[in-house]
Amino acid sequence: MAPEDADQGISQRIFYIHVPIALTAYFCFGLGAWKALRLLWLGEERYDLESYVAIHQGTIFGALTLLTGSIWAKASWSVWWTWSSRQLVLFLFYCAYFMLRFSIEEGPRRARSCAVYALFGVVLIPISFLAIRLASDFVHPVVFNLDGPQMSGTMFVTFCVSWAAVTSLAYVLYRIELLGKRIDVGLRELREALQ
Amino acid sequence: MSYAADVAALARKDLKVELRTRDTLPAMLLFVLATLVVFHFALPTNAADDAAYGLLWVAIVFTALVGLTRAWVPEHEHGVLDGLVLAPCDRSAIWLGKTLATLAFLAAAQVVALPAFALFFAPLGAPAIAGVLLADVGICAVGSLLAAMAAATRSREVLLPLLLLPLAIPLVVGGVGSAVSSEPSRYLLFLGLYDAVFAVLSWASFEYVVTE
Repeated sequence: MAPEDADQGISQRIFYIHVPIALTAYFCFGLGAWKALRLLWLGEERYDLESYVAIHQGTIFGALTLLTGSIWAKASWSVWWTWSSRQLVLFLFYCAYFMLRFSIEEGPRRARSCAVYALFGVVLIPISFLAIRLASDFVHPVVFNLDGPQMSGTMFVTFCVSWAAVTSLAYVLYRIELLGKRIDVGLRELREALQ
Repeated sequence: MSYAADVAALARKDLKVELRTRDTLPAMLLFVLATLVVFHFALPTNAADDAAYGLLWVAIVFTALVGLTRAWVPEHEHGVLDGLVLAPCDRSAIWLGKTLATLAFLAAAQVVALPAFALFFAPLGAPAIAGVLLADVGICAVGSLLAAMAAATRSREVLLPLLLLPLAIPLVVGGVGSAVSSEPSRYLLFLGLYDAVFAVLSWASFEYVVTE
């Protein structure tokens, strides 16, 4: 079992949920952008759905990051919100992605527009990090810096285990949603063929 | 025709259309002045200059949005975009021409807005003006691509601000930083980086947005 943090006590334990969820959200956004790039490059239609589902999962995990971050901020700094959150800009961006997706007629044009927007999102991630860092907001603790992770061995192991768990959960959810969406598409095609 | 000649011809076309119809620039000018007047009454009398610099950036982003919302309307109303896409020129030239034209409108609006801001609120130094120019490039580069994307949707006027504002947040950080910070150079550098990255991305991906 990981030891209790000397400075923050029990509240530090939310770290093992908050950070893996945040990393998984970025992973999902990255996966969505990778699929989007494949769509633009190869023009295969199936990547559209894969990119959309990955971004959908990323947005869900992004919302959870905001929630757990807010709980942690309340426990550690007794405020519900600090403007150090890097996720809010991305969360807004990906909400706009869904607005874009739902206001274009289904087809190759929608697939390509959404793919381009997804690529913008993955470029915005480092740019917005840099912007928030520049806005001189150093309240957010930085656990991973250039010297490696700033935590003890058992803490790091616990962190890795929960990270693996959250990533596997995200992957399973991704596959299930993708399967559901594909069945939906198949059913719709069947219905159209029968009519 | 070379690429540069295509771009120049497309940008000239937009400026000519604007000179004849006067649809966009007067609207942007009036909007930015009205916004500054609203801000004067919105700010408490003893508010610091820094707050005014922040509001200047709100005004700049919204004025750019007014211009960008109109940017592709003539193309869509008369089916010009289909003709442009079919024309024997690189499609990214269409994006670059539109970006340059929008940049010209935004710069023209700021020629009036920035002196008005200095008169009403607080003086603007050279780093602040450099920040405005660099951010203009970023807003117009990203904005003309997103405006083309939004123009093809059902809810174009509503969608464009939603698509653009999250992407404009780093520009606002850089712009406000260059006006209020004692070390403006790193903010200007950041704005330059943003412009370079997003201009290349928009340039490379425009083709996918306009082709059927």
